[in-house]
Amino acid sequence: MSDQKKGVSRRRVLKTGAAGLLATGAAPMIFTRGAWAQEFRNNPTGSEVVLGFNVPQTGAYADEGADELRAYMLAVKHLNGEGDGGMLSTMQPSSLGGNGILGKKVTFVTGDTQTKSDAARDSARRMIERDGALIITGGSSSGVAVAVQALCQEMGIIFMAGLTHSNDTTGKDKKRYGFRHFFNAYMSGAALAPVLEAEYGSDRQAYHLTADYNWGWTQEESLINSTEAIGWQTTKAVRTPLGAGDFSQYITPVLNSGADVLILNHYGKDMVNSLTQAIQFGLRDRQANGKNIEIVVPLFSRLMAQGAGENIKGILGSTNWNWSLQDEGSQNFVKSFGAEYGFPPSQAAHTCYVQTLLYADACERAGTFYPPEVIRALEGHIFDGMGNGPTEYRAEDHQCFKDVLVVRGNQNPSSQFDLLEVVQEVPRAQVEYDASIFGGELGPYEVS
Amino acid sequence: MDAILVQFLNGLDKGGAYALIALGLTLVFGTLGVVNFAHGAIFMIGSFVAVAFRQILTWESVVLSETELSPWGTALEIRTPYALEWFGDFGNILIDFSVPIAVLLAIPVMYLVGISMERGLIKHFYKRPHAEQILVTFGLAIVLGEVARTFFGANPIPQPMPEAVRGAADIGVLFGMAENAITYPWWRLIYFIFSLVVIGAVFAFLRFTTFGLVVRAGMSDRETVELLGINIDRRFTIMFGLAAVVAGVAGVMYTPLLPPTYSLGMDFLVLSFVVVVVGGMGSLPGAVAAGFLLGILQSFAAMTEVKEIFPGIDQVIIYLVAVVILLVRPRGLFGRKGVMET
Repeated sequence: MSDQKKGVSRRRVLKTGAAGLLATGAAPMIFTRGAWAQEFRNNPTGSEVVLGFNVPQTGAYADEGADELRAYMLAVKHLNGEGDGGMLSTMQPSSLGGNGILGKKVTFVTGDTQTKSDAARDSARRMIERDGALIITGGSSSGVAVAVQALCQEMGIIFMAGLTHSNDTTGKDKKRYGFRHFFNAYMSGAALAPVLEAEYGSDRQAYHLTADYNWGWTQEESLINSTEAIGWQTTKAVRTPLGAGDFSQYITPVLNSGADVLILNHYGKDMVNSLTQAIQFGLRDRQANGKNIEIVVPLFSRLMAQGAGENIKGILGSTNWNWSLQDEGSQNFVKSFGAEYGFPPSQAAHTCYVQTLLYADACERAGTFYPPEVIRALEGHIFDGMGNGPTEYRAEDHQCFKDVLVVRGNQNPSSQFDLLEVVQEVPRAQVEYDASIFGGELGPYEVS
Repeated sequence: MDAILVQFLNGLDKGGAYALIALGLTLVFGTLGVVNFAHGAIFMIGSFVAVAFRQILTWESVVLSETELSPWGTALEIRTPYALEWFGDFGNILIDFSVPIAVLLAIPVMYLVGISMERGLIKHFYKRPHAEQILVTFGLAIVLGEVARTFFGANPIPQPMPEAVRGAADIGVLFGMAENAITYPWWRLIYFIFSLVVIGAVFAFLRFTTFGLVVRAGMSDRETVELLGINIDRRFTIMFGLAAVVAGVAGVMYTPLLPPTYSLGMDFLVLSFVVVVVGGMGSLPGAVAAGFLLGILQSFAAMTEVKEIFPGIDQVIIYLVAVVILLVRPRGLFGRKGVMET
């Protein structure tokens, strides 16, 4: 004897009805979250979602990469509802609830870019193909960002860039699947020029020393354009080999060139070395054209400023973010980061943390991990409470537009981290530009 | 004229560094017959001796403030270097002169590093082909660089020069020019003189001591020296240690000019190897002459006037010179006939 009832059960009727609704495309909207389940790479089907953090763990930018990784791990904690929540409580608008992304716990894998394009692409590909990473994020070089971004476009994986400052990343090399929160060389020039005019006047002769690669060229071009617009003249622009070490042979010609401003379009170790050596040659103790010779470092980084030691004092530059900012979002982030690691975050850490939260929030708003929908959620998204004031992810080029900081090497630092003082928070409107000036095509939403 | 003089001076201090590294490199090749690609790493280790010494001098006592908070909400740390607490003003002087004092510290440290390197690894490769020696020493250089990165991080660590010699000397006045016509950093001038003193000391040691006489004899005819009952291997091991000392102190003194990083050794290694090849493998005068020659040529190649005629020449000049020398005189400028000619 069996107790089983024969005939049509209520459960079977409901199942059949639901299947029929889905089959006819009449599914209620609440069922759409998994609608693209079979249509995109690395769709997270389990209870976890994997993010791929591709940062320099070896090589010249390993310290910056380590700081990025710290920020990513903090973001993961906050997304999963652990810790004090950091910027989750200040981000506006926010769909994040501290319960992962779309209810799935956030986990991560890491890769080492080595600050080499090939190595970065290999590690990104490994995280995508082997580890099932849903997005790739991080990096500390424009060359790497452009290379990984192109790979991600091919593979249909969203790339949230880390520290990359070249105009090309969201200019001629922009991609539909690539997004940059960090500012760029054009913005540095636009933000710096009025401050330079106010501090040093409009009758100046500038001499550029420029790192001879993509980022250096775009920064040199942007700085020449913006300083010439305020009346400065460009005496000479000299390209220096990347990683030259000793810049003395490039600095000494500046002394008798007639220039009264030296602009160092260098970053990282090159910046540390060229600035240190320029100071040693007594550049700032000399005069030209009846004016004190000044030095400008358009892109500053606190981590790099530590390497230049006292030489950074009084030098003007620009930065994406600084831990001394007093807005609630920045302070929350500094507190979380400082409590976790014992020191304040760098601008690289900040941009990586923000990028992770922005991606997670976009998924929540889109209601899916399906990349084209997440991309649409990010495009044109306006947000606040993340440390840079009201910010927009411009749809046309995936570049974030926000206030830019002009900073000066602190004359009287209160601690080993207090290296930069904010001179001016330059409003977004002053650094904005037409997306078409740098060319490029975003490409399609759908990739095969 | 003044631009040429300044570039000449640039070449001298750069050449001094090349010569000091190349001197050790060629000394090791001349005595032990080893092509030591880890020699640049020894220069890097020397620079980190200066860093470590300064870090020891600036070790700080930490007191937590009872009233003030850090920006992340924990008690503010009030830090004071022990050197100041214990020695007062003298502590300040020690910190200020940390680089010159580190030179003295580097002598025994680098000697031990050199001896350990030779006894621990390189002696096992004496009878192996040069290609294998290059591979193993290059690998060692990578390992040493990564060890330095692990302990000191990847960022450059600034090492200030003593306050008294900061700034630039007015060289132009010595040549009857106007004030500030030619200025040159004091420390670079000191580095040039320092390199001459070290080079002179090495030559004097080899020329005027019995030990040096035996070493030179061993370099010329190892078998005959051994037949006389002299333990030439032990002396050559000591020479390896001496070569490490030369590169190490060169690294210490270079730190105010180039903040040390773990990659410093690699930055200098290839250049120094080219210097040795141009000067002649195993030739001490060749290493010194080629070091200064290439340093000066590199500086002149970076002049805007030169680059306008030959764009990019500054990046390839020393390799061009090396190619020409190898084609015209394969044994190098001062090389002995038959040594590394094929």
